[in-house]
Amino acid sequence: MASKKESNFVNMVLALVMVSVVAALALGSVYMLTKKPIALAQKRKQEAAIKAVLPAFDHVKAVKVPDADGNDSLLFNVATKDGKLVGIAVNTYTDKGFGGKIKAMIGFLPNGTIYNTSILELKETPGLGTKLQKSKSDFPNQFKGKNPKTFQLKVTKDGGDVDAITAATISSRAFCDAVQRAYDTFEKEKNHIN
Amino acid sequence: MNQVQNLTKGFIKENPVFVLLLGMCPTLGTTTSALNGLGMGLATAFVLVGSNVVVSMVKNLIPDKVRIPSFIVIIASFVTIVELVMQAYVPALYAQLGLFIPLIVVNCIVLGRAEAFASKNTVWSSAIDGLGMGLGFAFALTVLGAVRELLGSGALFGIHFIKGDGMLAFILAPGAFIALGYIIAVINRLNKKTA
Repeated sequence: MASKKESNFVNMVLALVMVSVVAALALGSVYMLTKKPIALAQKRKQEAAIKAVLPAFDHVKAVKVPDADGNDSLLFNVATKDGKLVGIAVNTYTDKGFGGKIKAMIGFLPNGTIYNTSILELKETPGLGTKLQKSKSDFPNQFKGKNPKTFQLKVTKDGGDVDAITAATISSRAFCDAVQRAYDTFEKEKNHIN
Repeated sequence: MNQVQNLTKGFIKENPVFVLLLGMCPTLGTTTSALNGLGMGLATAFVLVGSNVVVSMVKNLIPDKVRIPSFIVIIASFVTIVELVMQAYVPALYAQLGLFIPLIVVNCIVLGRAEAFASKNTVWSSAIDGLGMGLGFAFALTVLGAVRELLGSGALFGIHFIKGDGMLAFILAPGAFIALGYIIAVINRLNKKTA
């Protein structure tokens, strides 16, 4: 067995350079190989999320739209069937969650009525804020078929029409904020899309 | 020791989590369910085998003074490969494990085995050691994940046994420590009897 290499300057530099070069080559190839599958997986996730909040459609177009407060942009997924507008699924968010950012998908029919909602990402407390999800409680169902024009997107404690989750008022308020953001942007931009 | 002992020591006698008490951060952070624990364990096992093999192959080419940076680059490359592959083929698990996958780089077990074993043994021995430790780690995480999932959600591998939630403390940090403590106690008892 050869003895260990001496730790002189040349050997050290050579070793580090060789290790880095080989690592870079390996990572570069794996990145190229997985680029397509990763893009495909992300596309599938988005499509499934849109399907969950809108009625049947056969074509979707993604449009980036500046949001109503001008802070960021929301992604509008315009869904059509046979060329007719079925609805718009809005990728919205809120920073007011108890555990941070909550990302949600809200499906609006052309007249502004909410068809359905879906949580994409959340870091809320298990057993409390996590009840925002359909799988954990009935909270999201109360938004179905409601039009924010007449349905006040605030919890009853703040004078609105939304039944908050018991002991999870902050999470409930945050979700209302996300829906409100989606609706305000929808109302502002709906005439520019089509 | 022979290779069979080399392989099996990682399961009970020298289990990295329950006996060596290494890699506590991912152990406590990713075991909210049995499947998450298993996924994390297998990802780490892959990195362990890969980095042990490569470190053993280059052990005589790397000067002593730069061995730590070299080992870390090797380990980090394997972790990035695991991350990219998971993102492409198991995106749901990838989203669940989140930040903990890149954290495998700083998991003490990986650098520990590279330094303590792979840099001083043959490629084949190092591979077996990596496999044994990796599978032992996966075993530990799956067991802890299963206990926490059963007590905290009343489910196992996603199959629910009760409606609603269980003892939620077990899905949170305090429950993780409590469950881990009791399992270590049981393992200590087992090791005491056979020692």
